[in-house]
Amino acid sequence: MNAEAIGCATPATAATAPRVLTERGQREVFCGLTGIIWLHRKIQDAFFLVVGSRTCAHLIQSAAGVMIFAEPRFATAIIDERDLAGLADANTELDRVVTQLLARRPDIKLLFLVGSCPSEVIKLDLSRAAARLSTRFSPQVRILNYSGSGIETTFTQGEDACLASWVPSLPAAPAAPPRLLVVGALADIVEDQMRRTFAEIGAGEVDFLPPRRSTEPPAVGANTRFLLAQPFLGDTARALEARGARHVPAPFPLGARGTRDWFRAAARALDLQPERVERALEPRFERAERALITYRERLAGKRLFLFPDSQLEIPLARFLAEELDAQLIEVGTPYLHRAHLAQELARLPADTNIVEGQHVERQLERCVAAAPDLVVCGLGLANPLEALGLTTKWSIELVFTPIQGFEQAADLAELFARPLLRRTRLVA
Amino acid sequence: MQLTLWTYEGPPHVGAMRVATAMRDVHYVLHAPQGDTYADLLFTMIERLPRRPPVTYTTFQARDLGSDTATLFKDAAREAYERFRPAALLVGASCTAELIQDDPGGLALALGLPVPVVPLELPAYQKKENWGAAETFYRVVRSLATPHAPPAGFKRPPRPSDRRATCNILGPTALGFRHRDDLRAVREMLDLLGVEVAVVAPLGASPADIARLGEADFNVLLYAETAGQAAQWLTRTFDQPCVRTVPIGVRATRAFIEEVAALAGCDPQPALAGVPSHSSWYSRSVDSTYLTGKRVFVFGDATHAIAAARVAAEELGFTVVGLGSYSREFAREVREAARGYGVEALISDDYLEIEAKVAELQPELVLGTQMERHVAKRLKIPCAVISAPVHVQDFPARYSPQMGFEGANVLFDTWVHPLMMGLEEHLLTMFRGDFEFHDAAPASHLGSAAATAPAAPAQAAPADAVASAAWTPDAERELGKIPFFVRGKARRNTERYAAERALSQITVETLYDAKAHFSR
Ligand code: SF4
Ligand code: SF4
Repeated sequence: MNAEAIGCATPATAATAPRVLTERGQREVFCGLTGIIWLHRKIQDAFFLVVGSRTCAHLIQSAAGVMIFAEPRFATAIIDERDLAGLADANTELDRVVTQLLARRPDIKLLFLVGSCPSEVIKLDLSRAAARLSTRFSPQVRILNYSGSGIETTFTQGEDACLASWVPSLPAAPAAPPRLLVVGALADIVEDQMRRTFAEIGAGEVDFLPPRRSTEPPAVGANTRFLLAQPFLGDTARALEARGARHVPAPFPLGARGTRDWFRAAARALDLQPERVERALEPRFERAERALITYRERLAGKRLFLFPDSQLEIPLARFLAEELDAQLIEVGTPYLHRAHLAQELARLPADTNIVEGQHVERQLERCVAAAPDLVVCGLGLANPLEALGLTTKWSIELVFTPIQGFEQAADLAELFARPLLRRTRLVA
Repeated sequence: MQLTLWTYEGPPHVGAMRVATAMRDVHYVLHAPQGDTYADLLFTMIERLPRRPPVTYTTFQARDLGSDTATLFKDAAREAYERFRPAALLVGASCTAELIQDDPGGLALALGLPVPVVPLELPAYQKKENWGAAETFYRVVRSLATPHAPPAGFKRPPRPSDRRATCNILGPTALGFRHRDDLRAVREMLDLLGVEVAVVAPLGASPADIARLGEADFNVLLYAETAGQAAQWLTRTFDQPCVRTVPIGVRATRAFIEEVAALAGCDPQPALAGVPSHSSWYSRSVDSTYLTGKRVFVFGDATHAIAAARVAAEELGFTVVGLGSYSREFAREVREAARGYGVEALISDDYLEIEAKVAELQPELVLGTQMERHVAKRLKIPCAVISAPVHVQDFPARYSPQMGFEGANVLFDTWVHPLMMGLEEHLLTMFRGDFEFHDAAPASHLGSAAATAPAAPAQAAPADAVASAAWTPDAERELGKIPFFVRGKARRNTERYAAERALSQITVETLYDAKAHFSR
């Protein structure tokens, strides 16, 4: 994913964007395979088969911090010596494994073959494999492929790659009045709340990608107006545009203001009646604002340092600064999609230090030297920083918790406030 | 290609990390893509270490592949040395870097760093975590201790009588199952014997400590999985005897103490008398009679599985109905142990195969890993965890060793706790109709948490191949009166009995015919 290469309809406004420093060095981030952890729960009839190594299997098993013991809808086809030495034909082997898997899980309707670093380095062509296997197993099972490899994707980019791989085969929408499509995996409860709000503002039927069941996919076409619910969906957006859908520029639905402006952007794109929209949004916005007050008291003036993780960092930083009056020392992001984040960037304090990419050792030095009140970082760094006396919030929780929408604004604030509160409580 | 849902072991470089993280003053430069940094959280979140593992990942990306990943590696190694100033540098590749063949060892040596460089070749597509740990430790020991090695054929002179006996403790690593507590238990025993601990390795050892491993009179090997290979080399090179008895359980602890005392030429009595063990007495206490013959399935790494089976059989009076291990490297030892219980060892790292075995055997207790805990939960069989792969719960805040006399007490408590208490078991059998005290109720001392909804049918367990006879409603009702923890076995036995006799129907009488037939 490369911003410069995209033909952008809404380029970032250079005048208002804060300064961005690009760093290269060791990156302490997950690869795109990690997205499987939430995607396999979101799409209830889909299965994710990673074609990779023992490392890949171990990553997914460990990334959530603990093992997930429900019968998983993911697995790894572990490449072994025989596949590499050419003793076994990797494609034949993959077909065998897929057949074995589908026999075991007859409930599966959509299978994603997920590429990894090893499968890419040995140039195992998963798109051809997916096409071949699709023919064999259709119509019972559809088979798609995408890359979640660490050499191509960072953490949430796995979801982007997954959704982008799905877009070309979504059904075509008939010519019809504009219809809204919300893109990005959201907790079911958030999705339900949003549907209610969209109905109230008069948006009519709204689709969500990914759908909960692969057999009920949203249709796309020239009448589709898509609104991103997540900031990391560059490839998906481009794939949708290639199907004639139009992107609705908006901030992200985090916090009371972010959510309100997100709904407003949708309303404008659908040309809804402004009074009705405001009438529906106002009480929800008010309620969310009220719920934020106690957290603003706790977080106002607090100095925050965000390590790069999920690409949610920029909208989160906006929420923290704009709605909770926190101070931002540094905002890291693994990758900065300037166009999709244009509205968020414009709302950040002008002197915000944004760091794209990572050199983890230097970043840690800066962090420790700045002695922030709260560090938002990954699981590998959190406890070591705590041991140095810093207070941390592990960022993966921001991906695994419902945080979007009006009703979750205070929950999101609470996630940042809790570590600070805990510090003040513990005496031993 | 192998279809894998859960793995017992990580890749071999994670084993190398367990060694590097355990040690002091070393740094590991790993040629690997960014996603592989997940391994840090195993140490910071599962073991809750307050520091990052001493590992630098090169985190190469697709765009680097075309150009120069070798330069990237050299820069990362040089920078890591400058920043951390380790006394020794370990270098190697993860699965992806192995494919691009940059030769981290050669590249790092070419840098001419002023410290020893230990190249690690860990074939990621063949080997696994424990092998990686053993190989890493062996390489570290070999490269750092070789300069101090005596000429070949060296015979260790007798220890001067005015000097205390010294030994090394080998095996404990980072992320090990109770390694921290076992180490303390073993140190306490050695203390009581008056044996001085020279070096513990890898846990807490610096490269300088490794260099002087050969000075001790003998070695104590706690975990063959991680240090067996290094211990063997030390024996060969320095003529160092090695205590290989693993002190898990009362009897093995006694044997261990006697073995150490013999090597050290000291009196075992202080250590034998020093720590009373409650577990032997509790096991003799009459209320424990109900433990007799409990059918137990044991699975884990080789060291823990073999030890657990022995303790279960000899010290708790259980019947071992299954024994297995995912440690292929020690398949021979596990098979040998299994033969002693008249069972065939299950050597497998395919979680589905183990699940199917547990479902088939319907044991009354499972002693396994976190995976088997999950399987047992689904099958509603009590379970205790005895081995890695580790979970955050396997790092209890309190002192909770597996080894030594205190370790035996811990085993007694943790294995007996999940079981229904003796008298409760009888009452349940006698008064099946009691509306509050029925078989869906959990053991009362386990609280309501254990009263989970009936486990979903084990999806993984292959359906019984034998076409079973139909149960009459009466027979089905009678079966329902049998306590749930033996009901699975009763059903299985009855169906087998019926199948062998080609019965088309199972009646109440068939049930009791089968019971008589299979009764021991
Ligand atoms: S999706 Fe929007 S921001 Fe991205 S390239 Fe298209 S128009 Fe530009
Ligand atoms: S970074 Fe690559 S090799 Fe590592 S877990 Fe991710 S996909 Fe697998």
